[in-house]
Amino acid sequence: MKVLRKLFDNIKPHVEKGGRFEMFHSTFDAFETLFFVPDKTNKNGVHVRDVIDMKRTMIIVVMALVPALLFGIWNTGYQHFMAMGQSAPFMDMVLHGLFKILPIIVVSYGTGLAIEFAFAQMRGHEVNEGFLVSGMLIPLILPVDIPLWMVAVATAFAVVIGKEVFGGTGMNIWNPALLARAFLFFAYPAQMSGDKVWISGLTAGEGIADGFSGATALGAAVESDISSKFPLWDSFIGIIPGSIGETSTLAILIGAAILIYTGIASWKIMVSVFAGGYLMALLFNLIGVNTLMQVDAIHHLCLGGFAFGAVFMATDPVSGSRTEAGKWLYGFLIGVFAILIRVFNPAYPEGMMLAILLMNTFAPLIDYFVVNANIKRRLKRSIVKA
Amino acid sequence: MSEVIKIKKGLDIPLSGKAEKVFGQTQLPGLFAVKPTDFHGVVPKMVVKEGDPVKIGTVLFFDKYHPEVKFVSPVSGTLKSVNRGERRRILEVILESDGKDEFVDFGTADIGNLSSEAVIAKLLEAGAWPYIRQRPYNVIANPAEKPRSIFISGFDTAPLAADMDFVLSGQEAAFKAGIDVLKKLCSDVHIGLSSESASKVYQNLNGVQIHRFSGPHPAGNVGVQISQIAPINKGEKVWVIQPQEIVSIGLLFTNGKHDFSRSIVLAGSEVLRPAYFRYRLGASVSELLRNNITDETLRIISGNVLTGEQIEPDGYLSFYHAQVTVIPEGNYHEFLGWALPGFGKFSMSRSYFSWLCSNKEYKMDANMHGGHRAIVVSGQYDKVLPMDILPEHLFKAIITEDIDKMEQLGIYEVVEEDVALCEFVCTSKMELQALLRSGIELMIKELGA
Repeated sequence: MKVLRKLFDNIKPHVEKGGRFEMFHSTFDAFETLFFVPDKTNKNGVHVRDVIDMKRTMIIVVMALVPALLFGIWNTGYQHFMAMGQSAPFMDMVLHGLFKILPIIVVSYGTGLAIEFAFAQMRGHEVNEGFLVSGMLIPLILPVDIPLWMVAVATAFAVVIGKEVFGGTGMNIWNPALLARAFLFFAYPAQMSGDKVWISGLTAGEGIADGFSGATALGAAVESDISSKFPLWDSFIGIIPGSIGETSTLAILIGAAILIYTGIASWKIMVSVFAGGYLMALLFNLIGVNTLMQVDAIHHLCLGGFAFGAVFMATDPVSGSRTEAGKWLYGFLIGVFAILIRVFNPAYPEGMMLAILLMNTFAPLIDYFVVNANIKRRLKRSIVKA
Repeated sequence: MSEVIKIKKGLDIPLSGKAEKVFGQTQLPGLFAVKPTDFHGVVPKMVVKEGDPVKIGTVLFFDKYHPEVKFVSPVSGTLKSVNRGERRRILEVILESDGKDEFVDFGTADIGNLSSEAVIAKLLEAGAWPYIRQRPYNVIANPAEKPRSIFISGFDTAPLAADMDFVLSGQEAAFKAGIDVLKKLCSDVHIGLSSESASKVYQNLNGVQIHRFSGPHPAGNVGVQISQIAPINKGEKVWVIQPQEIVSIGLLFTNGKHDFSRSIVLAGSEVLRPAYFRYRLGASVSELLRNNITDETLRIISGNVLTGEQIEPDGYLSFYHAQVTVIPEGNYHEFLGWALPGFGKFSMSRSYFSWLCSNKEYKMDANMHGGHRAIVVSGQYDKVLPMDILPEHLFKAIITEDIDKMEQLGIYEVVEEDVALCEFVCTSKMELQALLRSGIELMIKELGA
């Protein structure tokens, strides 16, 4: 630790302003602050500060994603061997999952961080920690058989077009990870939808056990009643095909508990997304003219990316509503639209992704009304007085 | 008793080093200073020169834009030097004590018979007018104006702050006289008290409205109390003053002397014996700290850790402060600090595992614990600002210098101390108090105080 500190102290003069390698200042700063909390003290303002910083905030979110990731690794192996009609020991499933998923994570982080560093360097900014989370979110919302080059292209698109063109973390309009997924969904629909992509090995043409379909629950729900094929309990635990991290509502709820308990993410948004989705699904149950409408309301919330989106995507503070009152409406409408899109346009089974991106777009409008209400209250108060 | 107003939003920072309710022994130092930088917007014009003799109450300088507002010496002796900063701005007027404590006699008066003009003239002449500050903007009140009301907060909820009831006990008569003086300036006088206060000071006061508050900091901030009782609207002026300053004003009218002595609290984790002291405004803190602080690299603060001003170990107590706080400077590199469990570190969030420990008090230093970032996290500021204000949107209006929006979003209702907690909890380490001050200065420049 002391050796490391000495190393940093030795390099520092060369990368500071006027040094020979000044252009690498952002990179140096990123690594230095990764290992050492800066020795900067408070000037002109408060003398003590809360110990929370952006790194801590982001790392907590990554921790909250770990249960979903671990489950996804196991489930990838489980689904694979089940599709093959083989039985395999637990470790084989995990190893298979690791073998498939680790490269996706490496590519996602590698591409994203490289671009982040390059932009920070160009602008002379600190490297922002935002991508620590995005880099983990992107793999978790992709199908396991996605080609790695697509992961790289989508990540690059999300970081450059989704974030950096707006000025970096904190300035973006849409959630970068969802933008990556939306990009792939529309640019390469063959690799992002259908019956084959959700279980590892199927696209490569490996043998399938008789009578097995690789369709996701939502895909299947278009055709027929799913309550026997995808029982509610299986969907809740997550032993169903789907994107890597989205299947286990249980694992996601563990993550939600971490986020809410630490106070990192807004419980208001999570609650209102689930409430919006539940009420909308309930309404459709009453109408019930097609099989998707008949899916049980609670079951709806356990399928597809609904829970994952509600907990990890809708709560992104940058792209979401920033006012406390606005968060209720913002979340509620995400839930409503997600179910609405699912049911009325089965071509887009991932209603959640589109619902969140749509509400990301409208979040500033919601905030606008909340802010205006505050302004009007203040104005009214002064008129009544005068 | 009136109903208790419950403040729900806010945060009590559990800092260690709370002072015991006893008065410690100390003596007054040889050097004093009046710092024009304590007064927002004041451009000082010196009246006395280096080497001139002064008494307690001798005018040192006045405000260029309000020549009637005078600033007087808190000590008798000689003017030692005038310390200037960039562009010859006066930073400190240093005074050397002769230990005789000679007073300028401003004459006693029967407050009941004085007109409000006479009261204002006397306050101005004796240099006691700067105690009265105006909301909005937290600047010295304009003696030519009539305020809507006067607000006094009878308790301080800031970290390690003085217990006002303890400080004021025994000063009942002077306090009452001071209140009578204030009533001459404005008939609408409000006092905000802690729900737990049983102080005798506030009994037998006539013609004032007493409000009771409970809840965490900033419940004791006068700005928060105003917003709960009658928020400041555009064009309205409210005057505020602190309890010990009222005592000083009371004494000015009853015995003719401008009394600068204060009961101050010395607290913080690096103070060996945190306690109360009888000290004086403008006095060097050197005597106060002698043999009473640890050997570490320290940060000495005139005031509290949220709004105070960093001073040197022989620096001077600021004009509006009745507190000195000493904490570690914290200029160290912490290895992987953001990734460790962090027992014993205080955070409003539960992102560090300190919630596992039964720690009730924390030793906190002046380290920033992170770097500046763009605003990412939302809803943090709202949790610690108990006013009907959207802080983040107000700050954004200030950043974009949008005067209309600043006004519409309530810049008249807040001053730095009200947003200090927002700054404390900010994940992006924004300097919000400085930002708010820049917004206020822009308002004053464009619209006038």
